Amino acid sequence: MISRNHREYLIAYKRFILQLCLLLLVTACGEDKKEPEKPIGLKGSHDNAGLSLPDGFEALKVADSLGNPRHIAVTSKGGIYLKLREPVEGHGILYLEDTNGDGVAESRDGFGDFAGTGIYLTEDYLYASSDESIFRYPVDSDQKVKAASVADTVVTGLISRRQHATKSFTLDGKGNIYVNIGAYSNACQEEDRTMGSKGMMPCPILDSAGGIWQFKIDKRVQSYADGKRYATGLRNVVGLDWDRQSDHLFVMQHGRDQFNTLYPEMYDTKTASELPAETMYMLNEGDDAGWPYIYYDQLAGKKILSPEYGGDGKKTGGENALDPVVAFPGHMAPNALLFYGGDMFPKKYKNGAFIAFHGSWNRAPEKQAGYMVAFVPFKDGKPSGEWEIFADGFSGAEEILNPDDAAHRPTGLAEGPDGSLYVSDDAGGTLFRIFYNGNEEAD
Amino acid sequence: MKRLIKGKVTNFNFIIFMVFYGLFIGCRNGNSKETKGQSEDSIEVVDRGSPAIGNPADYMVAGKRGYEQYCLSCHQESGSGVSGLNPPLKNTEYVTGDKNRLLSIVMLGSNVGLKVNGATYANAMPAFDYLRDQEIADITSYIRNSFGNSAIPVTIEEVAAMRKVN
Repeated sequence: MISRNHREYLIAYKRFILQLCLLLLVTACGEDKKEPEKPIGLKGSHDNAGLSLPDGFEALKVADSLGNPRHIAVTSKGGIYLKLREPVEGHGILYLEDTNGDGVAESRDGFGDFAGTGIYLTEDYLYASSDESIFRYPVDSDQKVKAASVADTVVTGLISRRQHATKSFTLDGKGNIYVNIGAYSNACQEEDRTMGSKGMMPCPILDSAGGIWQFKIDKRVQSYADGKRYATGLRNVVGLDWDRQSDHLFVMQHGRDQFNTLYPEMYDTKTASELPAETMYMLNEGDDAGWPYIYYDQLAGKKILSPEYGGDGKKTGGENALDPVVAFPGHMAPNALLFYGGDMFPKKYKNGAFIAFHGSWNRAPEKQAGYMVAFVPFKDGKPSGEWEIFADGFSGAEEILNPDDAAHRPTGLAEGPDGSLYVSDDAGGTLFRIFYNGNEEAD
Repeated sequence: MKRLIKGKVTNFNFIIFMVFYGLFIGCRNGNSKETKGQSEDSIEVVDRGSPAIGNPADYMVAGKRGYEQYCLSCHQESGSGVSGLNPPLKNTEYVTGDKNRLLSIVMLGSNVGLKVNGATYANAMPAFDYLRDQEIADITSYIRNSFGNSAIPVTIEEVAAMRKVN
């Protein structure tokens, strides 16, 4: 017989040995594991995630292997929604959370089976778009999509013919939604992208595409008949945002392609790699930005008649067409626009515009350009200085000849509750977070 | 009673063994992955075949010139195309397979969202029927034998026959 004392001793001994084993396990294998109970605070990775940034800024990778994330949105608690161009494991929207405050997401969830680009978060709903429709999910007080909630269709039946099919959108905070319906054409030629093919007059695409359409947020299953064409003459807009300072919609147009391939006698490859400008417009209802009849030449500072409509590279046109508020070099593919309202960055950034450039493909045979995030300072709703490169180095190479060689291509922008800037990348599948750790005072 | 406790003690020893074993295997796996990665890196098979002899065929010179003027801006210098927009010309049957299918895409264009290696591409392919038969033969022969492709060149007669059909 074993005495009671002996048995208690045995139990205590076992407990001791087991604890020892556990301790061993944790210390032996735990070298590269994080300690979740001790938040280390935001610190950029040693190489700032490969990005070059202005003094005082740091960056880290929130997550990678995310598929093809397009536009993004961040909750008031720092949770991150990403809209995927192609669903991954049946999920078209990802939701990431950083639970320990080190900036790196620990948890990843997915829902929504549709592919798409646009996403927008309000206090009550998460809006997300496919290439034909806009849906919305109710969210709780932390802006998290309620479990098992079913999406409502807000807008549907929008034209989607592969080319420029993505439906970027934004809200004005006054009950309206603004959605880009891109033109399914390069320059509205009778035969798209074909040498010698004339421009159609008038361009028949503009009745249902090539502009921004306005819908209501509180009506279901709206289509063309329920909305209105808010602005026209915009070939394709991927980046757009409502500026709270001027209370206006701002959009970034993707300029037309292939001046040299279609009109080699008017444009050499060098000129065609720079023209036309990628343009930022401030829109009022009824505005016409002039596509396809004209384009903006940022070198001459003029609206020029398109060669499909009788232009020779010099003749001006579009007297009634809108002038851009900012003109960037050609083909850099502005895929996101964000007015910065945060208090983290130095004061020059307050209310200014960040633009995510996806990077060009049709500057070939010249080297490609873009693959960066630019900044334009704003004052009283107008640009107050020249544009500049804010974050660069996404491509991971000095020179990019082919866009598929770029490691990362900036596509979406969002501002976190602390004022951090998030940048999504739909080529490498990475989410970056840029924050300020310098000494300069914010506004 | 004694036997019962003895049994428990045996189980207990087994658990401890398993914990240590797990520890051993777990930590060892991490290391072995590393060495595996290193060994893969260090093996580099260098076999580029014998160097080309003589001058490249005429179509490779003329076809390259045509490619640069009419095709490169979309399909890129490397023939890799642009994800989501313009399809690649390498590793695809559309280029190295049936000549007539290739010629019909080049001469008539294509705007139906062809699926190339599982992906679709947004931009329209224009028709290049305005090029001369010789130019079309050179360009198609060039792309069938560039970017790692290797396929029988297209003749001027084949282009002419395609023009007649359409």
